[in-house]
Amino acid sequence: MNWESWQAFWAMGGYGLYVWGSFGMTALCVVAEVWLVRRRRVQVWQKLRRMQAWDAQ
Amino acid sequence: MNLYRYASPATFHPLAGRLVPWFAGLAAVLAAVGLYIGFFVAPTDFQQGEGYRIIFIHVPAAWMSMFIYVVMAFWSAIGLAFNTRLSFILARALAPTGAMFTFVALWTGAFWGKPMWGAWWVWDARLTSELILLFLYVGVMALQAAIDDPRRADRAGALLNLVGVINVPIIYFSVKWWNTLHQGASVSLTRAPSMAETMLWGMLVMALAAWMYTIAVALARARTLVLERERRTDWARALLEGKA
Repeated sequence: MNWESWQAFWAMGGYGLYVWGSFGMTALCVVAEVWLVRRRRVQVWQKLRRMQAWDAQ
Repeated sequence: MNLYRYASPATFHPLAGRLVPWFAGLAAVLAAVGLYIGFFVAPTDFQQGEGYRIIFIHVPAAWMSMFIYVVMAFWSAIGLAFNTRLSFILARALAPTGAMFTFVALWTGAFWGKPMWGAWWVWDARLTSELILLFLYVGVMALQAAIDDPRRADRAGALLNLVGVINVPIIYFSVKWWNTLHQGASVSLTRAPSMAETMLWGMLVMALAAWMYTIAVALARARTLVLERERRTDWARALLEGKA
Protein backbone atom coordinates (compact mmCIF):
# COMPACT_ATOMS: atom_id res chain seq x y z
CA MET A 1 0.00 0.00 0.00
CA ASN A 2 1.40 3.37 -1.04
CA TRP A 3 -0.65 5.78 1.03
CA GLU A 4 -0.71 6.56 4.74
CA SER A 5 -4.03 8.41 4.55
CA TRP A 6 -6.57 9.82 2.10
CA GLN A 7 -4.97 13.19 2.59
CA ALA A 8 -1.65 11.80 1.39
CA PHE A 9 -3.43 10.20 -1.56
CA TRP A 10 -4.94 13.49 -2.72
CA ALA A 11 -1.69 15.38 -2.12
CA MET A 12 0.27 12.98 -4.38
CA GLY A 13 3.52 13.92 -2.68
CA GLY A 14 3.12 17.55 -3.69
CA TYR A 15 2.19 16.75 -7.29
CA GLY A 16 -1.56 16.80 -6.62
CA LEU A 17 -2.35 19.61 -9.05
CA TYR A 18 -0.50 17.92 -11.90
CA VAL A 19 -1.65 14.36 -11.30
CA TRP A 20 -5.30 15.25 -10.67
CA GLY A 21 -5.27 17.90 -13.38
CA SER A 22 -4.26 15.15 -15.82
CA PHE A 23 -6.64 12.45 -14.61
CA GLY A 24 -9.48 14.97 -14.19
CA MET A 25 -9.23 16.31 -17.74
CA THR A 26 -9.06 12.77 -19.12
CA ALA A 27 -12.21 11.77 -17.20
CA LEU A 28 -13.95 14.92 -18.45
CA CYS A 29 -13.02 14.14 -22.07
CA VAL A 30 -14.24 10.55 -21.84
CA VAL A 31 -17.55 11.53 -20.21
CA ALA A 32 -18.07 14.33 -22.75
CA GLU A 33 -17.34 12.07 -25.70
CA VAL A 34 -19.70 9.33 -24.54
CA TRP A 35 -22.40 11.94 -23.89
CA LEU A 36 -21.94 13.50 -27.35
CA VAL A 37 -22.08 10.13 -29.12
CA ARG A 38 -25.30 9.22 -27.30
CA ARG A 39 -26.91 12.60 -27.90
CA ARG A 40 -26.06 12.38 -31.59
CA ARG A 41 -27.66 8.93 -31.75
CA VAL A 42 -30.91 10.23 -30.22
CA GLN A 43 -30.95 13.33 -32.44
CA VAL A 44 -30.34 11.34 -35.63
CA TRP A 45 -32.94 8.78 -34.65
CA GLN A 46 -35.57 11.50 -34.11
CA LYS A 47 -34.63 13.31 -37.31
CA LEU A 48 -34.82 10.15 -39.42
CA ARG A 49 -38.18 9.20 -37.95
CA ARG A 50 -39.55 12.64 -38.75
CA MET A 51 -38.21 12.42 -42.30
CA GLN A 52 -39.73 8.98 -42.75
CA ALA A 53 -43.12 10.15 -41.49
CA TRP A 54 -42.86 13.06 -43.91
CA ASP A 55 -41.99 10.75 -46.82
CA ALA A 56 -45.00 8.57 -46.05
CA GLN A 57 -47.42 11.45 -46.43
CA MET B 1 -17.10 -17.67 -42.99
CA ASN B 2 -17.82 -14.85 -45.34
CA LEU B 3 -16.17 -11.70 -44.04
CA TYR B 4 -17.73 -9.56 -46.74
CA ARG B 5 -21.10 -10.13 -45.13
CA TYR B 6 -20.03 -7.92 -42.22
CA ALA B 7 -19.14 -5.12 -44.60
CA SER B 8 -22.81 -4.81 -45.49
CA PRO B 9 -24.43 -1.95 -43.53
CA ALA B 10 -27.55 -4.07 -42.90
CA THR B 11 -25.45 -6.67 -41.05
CA PHE B 12 -23.08 -4.20 -39.47
CA HIS B 13 -25.73 -2.10 -37.73
CA PRO B 14 -27.20 -4.82 -35.46
CA LEU B 15 -23.81 -6.54 -34.98
CA ALA B 16 -22.17 -3.32 -33.82
CA GLY B 17 -25.15 -2.70 -31.55
CA ARG B 18 -24.52 -6.02 -29.83
CA LEU B 19 -20.75 -5.49 -29.58
CA VAL B 20 -20.71 -1.95 -28.15
CA PRO B 21 -21.82 -2.87 -24.59
CA TRP B 22 -19.22 -5.65 -24.41
CA PHE B 23 -16.33 -3.42 -25.43
CA ALA B 24 -17.59 -0.63 -23.16
CA GLY B 25 -17.81 -3.07 -20.23
CA LEU B 26 -14.32 -4.41 -20.92
CA ALA B 27 -13.00 -0.84 -21.11
CA ALA B 28 -14.53 -0.01 -17.71
CA VAL B 29 -13.16 -3.14 -16.02
CA LEU B 30 -9.68 -2.72 -17.52
CA ALA B 31 -9.60 0.98 -16.60
CA ALA B 32 -10.55 0.11 -13.00
CA VAL B 33 -7.80 -2.53 -12.81
CA GLY B 34 -5.29 -0.22 -14.51
CA LEU B 35 -6.03 2.67 -12.14
CA TYR B 36 -5.78 0.35 -9.14
CA ILE B 37 -2.34 -0.84 -10.28
CA GLY B 38 -1.34 2.72 -11.14
CA PHE B 39 -2.24 4.25 -7.80
CA PHE B 40 -2.03 1.43 -5.27
CA VAL B 41 0.39 -1.21 -6.55
CA ALA B 42 3.03 0.65 -8.57
CA PRO B 43 5.72 2.08 -6.30
CA THR B 44 6.80 5.70 -5.97
CA ASP B 45 9.40 6.69 -8.58
CA PHE B 46 12.82 7.37 -7.12
CA GLN B 47 13.34 10.46 -9.29
CA GLN B 48 9.90 11.89 -9.94
CA GLY B 49 8.09 10.89 -6.74
CA GLU B 50 4.33 10.55 -7.22
CA GLY B 51 4.35 12.94 -10.20
CA TYR B 52 5.26 10.14 -12.59
CA ARG B 53 1.78 8.56 -12.17
CA ILE B 54 0.63 10.76 -15.05
CA ILE B 55 2.34 8.11 -17.20
CA PHE B 56 -0.65 5.80 -16.77
CA ILE B 57 -2.72 8.06 -19.00
CA HIS B 58 -0.11 9.99 -20.91
CA VAL B 59 1.57 7.03 -22.61
CA PRO B 60 -1.61 5.05 -23.48
CA ALA B 61 -3.23 8.26 -24.81
CA ALA B 62 -0.18 9.06 -26.92
CA TRP B 63 -0.05 5.49 -28.29
CA MET B 64 -3.75 5.62 -29.15
CA SER B 65 -3.42 9.02 -30.82
CA MET B 66 -0.92 7.56 -33.30
CA PHE B 67 -2.47 4.12 -33.61
CA ILE B 68 -5.97 5.47 -34.33
CA TYR B 69 -4.54 7.66 -37.06
CA VAL B 70 -2.91 4.66 -38.73
CA VAL B 71 -6.15 2.64 -38.51
CA MET B 72 -8.07 5.62 -39.90
CA ALA B 73 -5.62 5.90 -42.80
CA PHE B 74 -5.94 2.13 -43.37
CA TRP B 75 -9.74 2.33 -43.69
CA SER B 76 -9.35 5.40 -45.89
CA ALA B 77 -7.04 3.47 -48.22
CA ILE B 78 -9.43 0.50 -48.35
CA GLY B 79 -12.31 2.88 -49.02
CA LEU B 80 -10.48 4.64 -51.85
CA ALA B 81 -9.28 1.37 -53.39
CA PHE B 82 -12.50 -0.64 -53.23
CA ASN B 83 -15.08 2.14 -52.79
CA THR B 84 -16.60 0.35 -49.81
CA ARG B 85 -19.07 2.47 -47.87
CA LEU B 86 -18.39 1.01 -44.46
CA SER B 87 -14.63 1.67 -44.69
CA PHE B 88 -15.19 5.40 -45.08
CA ILE B 89 -17.70 5.36 -42.24
CA LEU B 90 -15.22 3.61 -39.92
CA ALA B 91 -12.54 6.15 -40.83
CA ARG B 92 -14.95 8.96 -39.99
CA ALA B 93 -16.06 7.33 -36.76
CA LEU B 94 -12.47 7.10 -35.52
CA ALA B 95 -11.45 10.73 -36.09
CA PRO B 96 -13.10 12.39 -33.04
CA THR B 97 -11.76 9.72 -30.67
CA GLY B 98 -8.28 10.09 -32.16
CA ALA B 99 -8.50 13.84 -31.68
CA MET B 100 -9.63 13.31 -28.09
CA PHE B 101 -6.66 11.06 -27.29
CA THR B 102 -4.25 13.48 -28.99
CA PHE B 103 -5.62 16.32 -26.88
CA VAL B 104 -5.32 14.18 -23.72
CA ALA B 105 -1.72 13.26 -24.60
CA LEU B 106 -0.85 16.95 -25.05
CA TRP B 107 -2.73 18.06 -21.93
CA THR B 108 -1.26 15.40 -19.65
CA GLY B 109 2.14 16.08 -21.23
CA ALA B 110 1.84 19.75 -20.25
CA PHE B 111 0.82 18.79 -16.70
CA TRP B 112 3.82 16.50 -16.54
CA GLY B 113 6.24 18.89 -18.20
CA LYS B 114 5.50 21.75 -15.81
CA PRO B 115 6.72 20.06 -12.61
CA MET B 116 9.54 18.04 -14.25
CA TRP B 117 10.93 20.42 -16.91
CA GLY B 118 9.60 23.69 -15.51
CA ALA B 119 7.55 24.47 -18.63
CA TRP B 120 4.01 23.64 -19.76
CA TRP B 121 5.13 23.65 -23.36
CA VAL B 122 8.34 23.68 -25.38
CA TRP B 123 8.69 23.68 -29.18
CA ASP B 124 10.36 20.32 -29.04
CA ALA B 125 10.15 17.91 -32.02
CA ARG B 126 7.99 15.37 -30.17
CA LEU B 127 5.54 17.94 -28.82
CA THR B 128 5.31 19.88 -32.06
CA SER B 129 4.69 16.81 -34.24
CA GLU B 130 1.99 15.63 -31.80
CA LEU B 131 0.35 19.07 -32.05
CA ILE B 132 0.38 18.72 -35.84
CA LEU B 133 -1.40 15.37 -35.37
CA LEU B 134 -4.17 17.20 -33.48
CA PHE B 135 -4.45 19.69 -36.35
CA LEU B 136 -4.66 16.81 -38.84
CA TYR B 137 -7.54 15.21 -36.91
CA VAL B 138 -9.39 18.52 -36.56
CA GLY B 139 -8.58 19.35 -40.18
CA VAL B 140 -10.08 16.16 -41.59
CA MET B 141 -13.24 16.56 -39.49
CA ALA B 142 -13.62 20.19 -40.59
CA LEU B 143 -12.99 19.29 -44.23
CA GLN B 144 -15.62 16.56 -44.19
CA ALA B 145 -18.11 18.79 -42.40
CA ALA B 146 -17.58 21.49 -45.05
CA ILE B 147 -18.46 19.23 -48.03
CA ASP B 148 -22.19 18.67 -48.47
CA ASP B 149 -22.08 15.54 -50.64
CA PRO B 150 -21.15 12.71 -48.22
CA ARG B 151 -19.42 10.59 -50.89
CA ARG B 152 -17.19 13.45 -51.96
CA ALA B 153 -16.54 14.33 -48.32
CA ASP B 154 -15.54 10.69 -47.70
CA ARG B 155 -13.01 10.69 -50.52
CA ALA B 156 -11.57 14.12 -49.75
CA GLY B 157 -11.14 13.21 -46.08
CA ALA B 158 -9.61 9.84 -46.97
CA LEU B 159 -7.05 11.53 -49.20
CA LEU B 160 -6.08 13.93 -46.42
CA ASN B 161 -5.77 11.00 -44.02
CA LEU B 162 -3.38 9.22 -46.37
CA VAL B 163 -1.21 12.30 -46.81
CA GLY B 164 -1.22 12.96 -43.07
CA VAL B 165 -0.11 9.47 -42.07
CA ILE B 166 3.48 10.51 -42.86
CA ASN B 167 3.34 12.45 -39.59
CA VAL B 168 2.99 9.28 -37.48
CA PRO B 169 6.53 7.91 -38.02
CA ILE B 170 7.81 11.45 -37.58
CA ILE B 171 6.19 11.60 -34.12
CA TYR B 172 7.40 8.12 -33.23
CA PHE B 173 11.03 8.64 -34.25
CA SER B 174 11.23 12.33 -33.33
CA VAL B 175 12.96 11.49 -30.04
CA LYS B 176 15.66 9.62 -31.98
CA TRP B 177 16.10 11.90 -34.95
CA TRP B 178 16.32 15.16 -33.06
CA ASN B 179 17.65 16.32 -29.75
CA THR B 180 14.49 16.58 -27.74
CA LEU B 181 13.63 17.52 -24.19
CA HIS B 182 11.10 14.71 -24.34
CA GLN B 183 12.60 11.43 -23.19
CA GLY B 184 13.11 8.45 -25.50
CA ALA B 185 10.85 5.41 -25.59
CA SER B 186 10.67 3.52 -22.27
CA VAL B 187 9.05 0.53 -23.91
CA SER B 188 10.24 -1.08 -27.12
CA LEU B 189 9.89 -4.47 -28.73
CA THR B 190 13.61 -4.98 -29.11
CA ARG B 191 14.90 -4.51 -25.57
CA ALA B 192 13.80 -4.87 -21.96
CA PRO B 193 11.66 -1.96 -20.74
CA SER B 194 13.47 0.60 -18.60
CA MET B 195 10.90 0.71 -15.82
CA ALA B 196 9.59 -1.26 -12.84
CA GLU B 197 7.44 -4.22 -13.80
CA THR B 198 4.30 -3.09 -11.97
CA MET B 199 4.55 0.34 -13.61
CA LEU B 200 4.76 -1.35 -16.99
CA TRP B 201 1.74 -3.54 -16.23
CA GLY B 202 -0.33 -0.58 -15.11
CA MET B 203 0.49 1.19 -18.35
CA LEU B 204 -0.28 -1.82 -20.52
CA VAL B 205 -3.64 -2.45 -18.82
CA MET B 206 -4.58 1.21 -19.25
CA ALA B 207 -3.56 1.01 -22.91
CA LEU B 208 -5.79 -2.03 -23.35
CA ALA B 209 -8.65 -0.13 -21.68
CA ALA B 210 -8.10 2.73 -24.14
CA TRP B 211 -8.28 0.24 -27.01
CA MET B 212 -11.57 -1.22 -25.84
CA TYR B 213 -12.96 2.26 -25.24
CA THR B 214 -11.97 3.33 -28.75
CA ILE B 215 -13.62 0.29 -30.32
CA ALA B 216 -16.83 0.85 -28.33
CA VAL B 217 -17.11 4.57 -29.12
CA ALA B 218 -16.11 4.21 -32.78
CA LEU B 219 -18.61 1.38 -33.36
CA ALA B 220 -21.37 3.39 -31.67
CA ARG B 221 -20.56 6.41 -33.83
CA ALA B 222 -20.33 4.29 -36.99
CA ARG B 223 -23.78 2.81 -36.29
CA THR B 224 -25.37 6.23 -36.26
CA LEU B 225 -23.58 7.19 -39.47
CA VAL B 226 -24.69 3.95 -41.13
CA LEU B 227 -28.32 4.53 -40.17
CA GLU B 228 -28.17 8.10 -41.48
CA ARG B 229 -26.71 7.05 -44.82
CA GLU B 230 -28.96 4.05 -45.29
CA ARG B 231 -32.19 5.66 -44.22
CA ARG B 232 -33.91 4.91 -47.53
CA THR B 233 -33.12 1.19 -47.53
CA ASP B 234 -35.68 -1.40 -46.48
CA TRP B 235 -33.87 -2.52 -43.33
CA ALA B 236 -33.39 1.03 -42.05
CA ARG B 237 -37.01 1.94 -42.79
CA ALA B 238 -38.24 -1.14 -40.97
CA LEU B 239 -35.97 -0.39 -38.01
CA LEU B 240 -37.14 3.22 -37.76
CA GLU B 241 -40.74 2.11 -38.10
CA GLY B 242 -40.40 -0.58 -35.44
CA LYS B 243 -39.31 1.68 -32.60
CA ALA B 244 -42.56 3.67 -32.65
